[in-house]
Amino acid sequence: MRLLGISVRAPRARRRAAALRGGICALAVLACILAHAPARAVQPDEILKDATLEARARHLSQELRCLVCQNQSIDDSNAPLARDLRVLLRERLTAGDNDGEVLAFLVARYGEFVLLRPPLSAHTAVLWLAPFLLLAAGCLLLFARARARLRRLREAQPAPLSPAERARLDRLLYEQPAGGAVPRDPA
Amino acid sequence: MIIELGHFALILALALALVQMTLPAWGARIGDARLMGVAEPAAVLQLALIALAFLSLMHAYVASDFSVETVWANSHTAKPLIYKVSGVWGNHEGSMLLWVLILALFGATVAVCGAHLPLTLRANALAVQAGIAVAFLLFIIFTSNPFQRIPAQPQGRGLNPILQDPALAFHPPFLYAGYVGLSMAFSFAIAALIEGRTDAAWARWVRPWTLAAWICLTLGIAMGSWWAYYELGWGGWWFWDPVENASFMPWLAATALLHSALVMEKREALKVWTILLAILAFSLALMGTFLVRSGILTSVHAFAVDPKRGIFILAIMGLLIGGALVLFAWRAPQLEQGGLFAPISREGALVLNNALLTTACATVLIGTLYPLALETVSGQKISVGPPYFNLTFGPIMVPLLLAMPFGPYLGWKRGDLYGAAQRLAAAAGAAAVVYAGTAALQWRGPWLAPFGMALGVFILAGALSEWLLRVRPLATPGGLRRARGLPRAAHGTALAHAGIGLTLLGIVASSAWQSERILAMKPGEHAQLAGYDLLFRAVASRRGPNYEEQFGQFSVARDGRELAELEPAKRLYDAPKVPTTEAAIHAAIGGDLYLVLGDALADGGYVVRIYFNPLVRLIWVGALAMAFGGALSLSDRRLRVGVPRRVRRVAAAAP
Repeated sequence: MRLLGISVRAPRARRRAAALRGGICALAVLACILAHAPARAVQPDEILKDATLEARARHLSQELRCLVCQNQSIDDSNAPLARDLRVLLRERLTAGDNDGEVLAFLVARYGEFVLLRPPLSAHTAVLWLAPFLLLAAGCLLLFARARARLRRLREAQPAPLSPAERARLDRLLYEQPAGGAVPRDPA
Repeated sequence: MIIELGHFALILALALALVQMTLPAWGARIGDARLMGVAEPAAVLQLALIALAFLSLMHAYVASDFSVETVWANSHTAKPLIYKVSGVWGNHEGSMLLWVLILALFGATVAVCGAHLPLTLRANALAVQAGIAVAFLLFIIFTSNPFQRIPAQPQGRGLNPILQDPALAFHPPFLYAGYVGLSMAFSFAIAALIEGRTDAAWARWVRPWTLAAWICLTLGIAMGSWWAYYELGWGGWWFWDPVENASFMPWLAATALLHSALVMEKREALKVWTILLAILAFSLALMGTFLVRSGILTSVHAFAVDPKRGIFILAIMGLLIGGALVLFAWRAPQLEQGGLFAPISREGALVLNNALLTTACATVLIGTLYPLALETVSGQKISVGPPYFNLTFGPIMVPLLLAMPFGPYLGWKRGDLYGAAQRLAAAAGAAAVVYAGTAALQWRGPWLAPFGMALGVFILAGALSEWLLRVRPLATPGGLRRARGLPRAAHGTALAHAGIGLTLLGIVASSAWQSERILAMKPGEHAQLAGYDLLFRAVASRRGPNYEEQFGQFSVARDGRELAELEPAKRLYDAPKVPTTEAAIHAAIGGDLYLVLGDALADGGYVVRIYFNPLVRLIWVGALAMAFGGALSLSDRRLRVGVPRRVRRVAAAAP
């Protein structure tokens, strides 16, 4: 059996081939993950003459996924498909489409997968709302805990003196006892 | 022969880990000191065995032994020595071996330096640590054996050239040291749950480990992003890629854990939460390993094609995380509640920090896993990219960053928010000036940018003024002595917080005001960007150790003064035949001039990309400041591992 130009021989050829294939698979996966291949992205010949249109094109390209890449926008990717998409995008913009129309056109062609910012809909509601719901829940929980803690803190402190108690304390502290001399603090 | 020795040592390490997992835990249960005492020699011996296995694999790489499968698949005789060495962990099998090596290193450190720990806590923690080792050693030996032999090949296939880079050579060891460092917090948390007891002393033991892990993670992530910046060729430094998120989530959790452990140490509050956070932080580190290693990120289908490894890691995760959470649910209610505090207090500020950091972490988690979950459940494919994270993660971080400078000013137990605000007036003033300045000067860019700059300055100035207020180096005669007398942790906090401010300034400035020119240039032509004048002189070729390089020669000038010669290059490596782009960067105080040489055009010109990235270096300067602040804090004598014991011994010897 020949695998990638290296002959794999008997006796344990099959197992070894599987192991090799596994290794190659792993390597390929690693390579895909790490190889944000050196980006060359936008080429000079793609750039539109009209600066505002070009700025819109660049902005939009950062929102669109290069469909064959690992999590790269078409603005960053040098894949041929990304270039096709960039050119297509600019064609639509020059034809007078607004941003929404361009995106709608691309979604109709390539599916929602092309959008790096998934629109809010039934199947993305959790995605968009969860962070803020979590934050709200966390704040509520903290608020409740803080109130409970405040209550415990208040309970942990001795209750304020009643007027009668205060009067008695003042008497003990400031009134001269019958003996005449101010009692000295033992310390 | 050496390879077989390594393989054998690894299997012995597995057997030893099984012993270390069971005997000390049993000893702790029945109160037998001899059984508990097994843990230390076992941990040290395990380090020796795994180190032997690792070194034997490294030997195979350095000696280019192409009868070993991983060496054949990832190495090449013409590779520079440093990349032969880093090639050991530049692949799945070797990197898992590095993972367990670091795990064993941490375990052995506990065994050697932890003599002052209570016997049962140490025995239980080391047993848990050994349990993690057992899982990963089984995984390595049965699904990812780095010592697999193949019929000897004349030449290896070479390492992916994009990995042949100094920053990336040391990126994985730092990242793994961070991931695995969190396993210490995890092991101590489980040990505490088994014993049903935690106290301030427990937090004091956990904090240095978490801090060490956090420093390594910070450096590892910074290195990865620095590499992306100069190697990928368009000056991007963070992409919200799942692989990046996988390392960022443990960092967020570790940051939260550092702060909650502080509350636990000082005030004995937040016990239950700190333990849960220790479990979660390590779970995220495990998930980071899983996400990167199982192939699930490429697609759910890639995972299904070769699921053996993925399922194994999934089982490890389920067992460790599930087991830990069950134990937590069972034992946590029995832990005593600690000290009380008012909402406005240092504790309160740290609780807010934790709430926001964990929410931010959960957001990253949701954004990373949602597409996978949705595809698995309904088959719908969606992409969750940077725009999503900027819209969700950003708003959650803003209140955290706004609140951050207030924290160190608030007193424990009951703080004075008004007093803190008064003392932050100078910082707020500086921020206002920066806001007005940037808003007036900015000729383009989003309206949020001046706000971001002001926030960065507020954090920076807040940290600085807090430090000045504590030290008063100029106001009092003995100021410098006083600065030395201050616990190092105080300097560390100020420095790390200032680092966040610096990083934020770098992020905001470089993303809001990056300018670029993409054009076709012929030798002899000039181009201008951001006040720089570039002269494209020529293109030449040269030969590197294992690549052929075509490089452009550019002269950079500003105001008619020659500043630098830049040589952006395109390389073609010999094996595998992969091209890479080497950007040339001229760094100045205001920002980086970043130059990339593109393809040759038919008319003799070249595509040239010129970027100006203002203040971009602050991103990594800030990360270094954070790591250095952490290291300062770690060197604080109150945290230094093993100090109490040494002090006690000296005291005993004194009379």
